[in-house]
Amino acid sequence: MSRIEEVSIGDAASRSAAADETKPDRMALNVGPSHPTTHGVLRLIMELDGDVITKCDPVIGYLHRGDEKIAENMTYNQFVTFTDRLDYISPLANNVAYALAVESLADIEIPERCQAIRALVCELARLSSHMLGLGVYAMDAGAWTPFFYAFTEREKLYTLFEELTGARFTTSYTRIGGVVRDVPDGWLGRVSKFCDDLPNTLRDFDKLLTRNRIFLERTEGIGVISREDALAYGLTGPNLRASGVDFDLRKDRPYCGYEKYDFEVPIGTTGDCYDRYLVRMEEVRQSVHIVRQIVDSFPDGLWYSEEAKKIFPPPKDKILTSMEELIQNFMIVTEGPQMPEGEVYFEAENPKGALGFFLVSKGGGVPYRLKIRAPSFCNLSILEKMLPGHMLTDVTVILGSLDFVMGECDR
Amino acid sequence: MAKTKVMERKPLSWAERTYLPQIITGLLTTFRNLFRPKVTLQYPDERPRIPNDYRGVPTLVKDPNEREKCVSCQLCEFVCPPKAIRITPGAISTEETDRTHVEKAPKEFEINMLRCIYCGYCEEVCPEEAIFLQDIYSLNGYTREQMQFNKEKLYELGGVLPDQHFKWDKKRAAAEKIGLGSSSDEETEEE
Repeated sequence: MSRIEEVSIGDAASRSAAADETKPDRMALNVGPSHPTTHGVLRLIMELDGDVITKCDPVIGYLHRGDEKIAENMTYNQFVTFTDRLDYISPLANNVAYALAVESLADIEIPERCQAIRALVCELARLSSHMLGLGVYAMDAGAWTPFFYAFTEREKLYTLFEELTGARFTTSYTRIGGVVRDVPDGWLGRVSKFCDDLPNTLRDFDKLLTRNRIFLERTEGIGVISREDALAYGLTGPNLRASGVDFDLRKDRPYCGYEKYDFEVPIGTTGDCYDRYLVRMEEVRQSVHIVRQIVDSFPDGLWYSEEAKKIFPPPKDKILTSMEELIQNFMIVTEGPQMPEGEVYFEAENPKGALGFFLVSKGGGVPYRLKIRAPSFCNLSILEKMLPGHMLTDVTVILGSLDFVMGECDR
Repeated sequence: MAKTKVMERKPLSWAERTYLPQIITGLLTTFRNLFRPKVTLQYPDERPRIPNDYRGVPTLVKDPNEREKCVSCQLCEFVCPPKAIRITPGAISTEETDRTHVEKAPKEFEINMLRCIYCGYCEEVCPEEAIFLQDIYSLNGYTREQMQFNKEKLYELGGVLPDQHFKWDKKRAAAEKIGLGSSSDEETEEE
């Protein structure tokens, strides 16, 4: 069993110094920061012995924007737009996780309809993220066709998001205490139609990849993460479950009414790249199952919390006609939603893993400190340990199977 | 404990190891897509359908009587996360005799479209329904200056939208009823 101490921690200077000490028979190879396999701006400094990797230094931070510091200078609601840009493959899930974190600080009771909307958009975001993750993973392994099928499905999802939130990509859908707007008429019907169509695409996926010898030979036994390593490096999400740990926050610490829905948590047996593929495929099926259940039992009611007077702005027609609500709107916008003093840490099961927000509040409408625990950041930390011993060509497949997003990793 | 499903895998059969079934199913799958409806859009010729509440380019709108709705409260300027809006408040022009009871109007209203992220917060907070994100999704310009939209440009893009409330007309009617109509006129002139 490996110990936590084995995780090497170093700053950029010591990393580059280590890279300089390359032995004469070894070759230093730099991949990224701008390279198709790195899915963003990840840079890998590798030491090669022939075709075999002996050392790997991931360099991150090329997409750092200082989101945590930015959060300290704006109200809770304004920061929702910045959560879109964390894991930009599933902005809706980030919006929901952030709103839930702030709400758990204020202890607001969220109506059932709002919870159902949030769980629904979370699952749709998971579908969108996994479809992209699987598509580009297959493409990295050399199979181009599934990518196009995945993107066709994602386009349908984006059309649904566009109708619901007004934007395809940067949704900014949640507010503290609720969501921006109710679901449009007939939208739920279109969601269930999408759920009917998606299994066909998954079948195509299955046919092209699951029993494909070339794909199996590229993924089976490659990039094995043992159960102990996965836990020691703090992996979460499908990458952890592929290593055989049945940790899913939707089951273990349910939020948004996930305890009401019936679904299974897929786990892998060996923790190799193929297991990560299988787990994601099964998660897509389970998500479709959850979406169906939510649509079938969609509750009535309000899409925002009525009790949270100092947190969620009053309805628009009230603002336009009544003085009291007008003042209340001005107060909430200029001073921010009023939060009590305190600290809170909240994690939600995002498509990439557990996205956590640690909030310190000194009261008022602006956070004193906001720490974001990005799943991609933790998932990438294992590269240093995992890559040595693999061939250079396996890097592409391993990176594809980890399914990370640099926007979230560097935040 | 969570209800789990272990992803078992079977070793490849002899036939699967020859890769022949894969070639056949692969070709069949892709061949079938030849006859499925097209999913792509020939973009500049075909345009996507824009849903009702789409968040496109922010614009300023006028009410059905062609009057300016913005009262320059600067709430949108305040809430704008990327700080793209800049407003200089000013007085109502003296030519507009029916709006003398409104205290302010924007002298300048600029949105930097290079900064704007189309989040829709300005529309959401506006207490006058004066700023709307409409259905323009493709903006372009040759210079940075061209992307700084001033008040005239924003009104030109916004046009006229129906008004549900006619808030200021109601206010004036209420003020006249209790005989305060003239006093508010004087206040505005003093400014």
